Amino acid sequence: MEVQAINRESRRERWQAYRHRPLSLLLRLAVTLSAAITVFVLIALVAYILIKGIPNLKPSLFAWKYTTENVSMLPAIINTITMTVLSLLMAVPVGVCSAIYLVEYAKRGNKLVSLVRVTAETLQGIPSIVYGLFGYLFLVIACGFGYSLLSGAITLAIMILPLILRTTEEALKAVPDSYREGSFGLGAGRLRTVFRIVLPSAVPGILSGVILAIGRIVGETAALIYTSGTVAGVPTSLMGSGRTLAVHMYALLSNGLYTEQAYATAVVLLVMVVGINALSGWLAKKVTAKQR
Amino acid sequence: MTQKKRAGHPAKARETLMHIVFLLTACISIIAVVLICVFMFANGLPTIAKIGPANFLLGTTWKPLNDLYGILPMIVGSLYVTAGAILIGVPIGILCAVYLARFCPKQLYAVLKPLIDLLAGIPSIVYGFFGLVVIVPLIQQLTGASGGKNILTASIMLGIMILPTIISVSESAIRAVPESYYEGALALGATHERSVFFAVLPAAKSGILAGVILGVGRAIGEATAVKMVAGNQAILPDSILSGVRTLTSNIVVEMGYAEGMHREALIATAVVLFVFVLIINLAFSAIKKKEG
Repeated sequence: MEVQAINRESRRERWQAYRHRPLSLLLRLAVTLSAAITVFVLIALVAYILIKGIPNLKPSLFAWKYTTENVSMLPAIINTITMTVLSLLMAVPVGVCSAIYLVEYAKRGNKLVSLVRVTAETLQGIPSIVYGLFGYLFLVIACGFGYSLLSGAITLAIMILPLILRTTEEALKAVPDSYREGSFGLGAGRLRTVFRIVLPSAVPGILSGVILAIGRIVGETAALIYTSGTVAGVPTSLMGSGRTLAVHMYALLSNGLYTEQAYATAVVLLVMVVGINALSGWLAKKVTAKQR
Repeated sequence: MTQKKRAGHPAKARETLMHIVFLLTACISIIAVVLICVFMFANGLPTIAKIGPANFLLGTTWKPLNDLYGILPMIVGSLYVTAGAILIGVPIGILCAVYLARFCPKQLYAVLKPLIDLLAGIPSIVYGFFGLVVIVPLIQQLTGASGGKNILTASIMLGIMILPTIISVSESAIRAVPESYYEGALALGATHERSVFFAVLPAAKSGILAGVILGVGRAIGEATAVKMVAGNQAILPDSILSGVRTLTSNIVVEMGYAEGMHREALIATAVVLFVFVLIINLAFSAIKKKEG
């Protein structure tokens, strides 16, 4: 901002300049106001949910077993964790390996690469309710998995695949070519170069993508209602139906009787999301610090 | 596959094997898109043909009990609600992005940016809940509309939900404009505000448009949150204060108990939504290609 340094002006001078240029003043007010509205909405949302929700956080909400009396969310939390682990187990290896192919193996001008990019973009744009119905038609009915954690996890894995693919691709591209050249120069093969040299330096970038994906899994409802179902307990196997925390909240609200518990669930969801965001922000900072 | 397999050399064999593995995983996202298309269209198109494309798409009565499946009210509802979200979200989003990129002091930016990211991470069910307990009563009081669940409410909520998408995409588009544009305008005597709005912003046009289209995609595909605040009446709305049902909420409201032809018609609704989204995606990639 050297340009501004030579025009440094006092507050009064600036105000005077604005008086002669009403449009500039108007524009400045408009951008400041918009930013203020955005921040206000966010703070209002978070504050409202915390204030209304925290008094409703009772120990009975974390009881081991769900009953219609305690409306415990602990089973839903356990299901959320299971669902997250399952989906990541499927999506991360596929996403990372696809990205390795796109960045490290494919030749320039490869038709497959552009096709994969287009399909990944398409996957990213598909609404979650369409994923939900697809999962219902394909996994629940055609594959015969029924309403189960497995059906839900596969649906979510497809949903987060493009996110992981893209962030991994970016992370791999950010690794300087000199690393690869050095490794090849020392006689390492392509595979060893990828796994020993390129991937380790791309890990923080990949991780921040994974954390974003966790955020999506935790917050998802529409794709899960018709795939993993809305049973409130913890299923005994992966083929059993169970609802995650977000679906639990949806069910409480649809029922209409449990608004207080819904507030409490919203607090837990919000805390989870804030934690996930903070983690990804911290990782991203680490990546940029490393690049400098 | 340009590498030839050379048997008898274990390292080479491993290289080739992993090359094939990476290639196959890269194909998974293509397979996923094909599967989704096949399952949605194979289930939806015959139903549309059975009902009659004109009856289905242009019919104004949705009465599954009487075998009347006209989804025009839902199409119109989706379009109205999305348009409303754009009217509210886009100006605020773009101005906020301008503020973040060009007006915001550095220390404030370090606080604001994570807040905006948090806004993007909040689950849609929490937005829906906030809409239900805060925006709905507010609209009811301000406008006197009975119930308070209508196009206006849904538009405001969706407008808030698409803010983070529009802000982050627009902000990076504005930041990508070469500094010389801004400096040139300043040197010609324009104020800071005029330089930003009349030299930098037009140059970032296509990037911002891409962000808006992403926002449209998110607004039209949102299901659970919209269901809670839009009122869900399957009739053509006559004012912005009448309740609507969108394509997505049509599915969420009735899928739970629908059977036979009714269920097929809901899946066909999802196909229509899917086609809308594919068109939006195409527009998005066309703009991105134009951008370079």
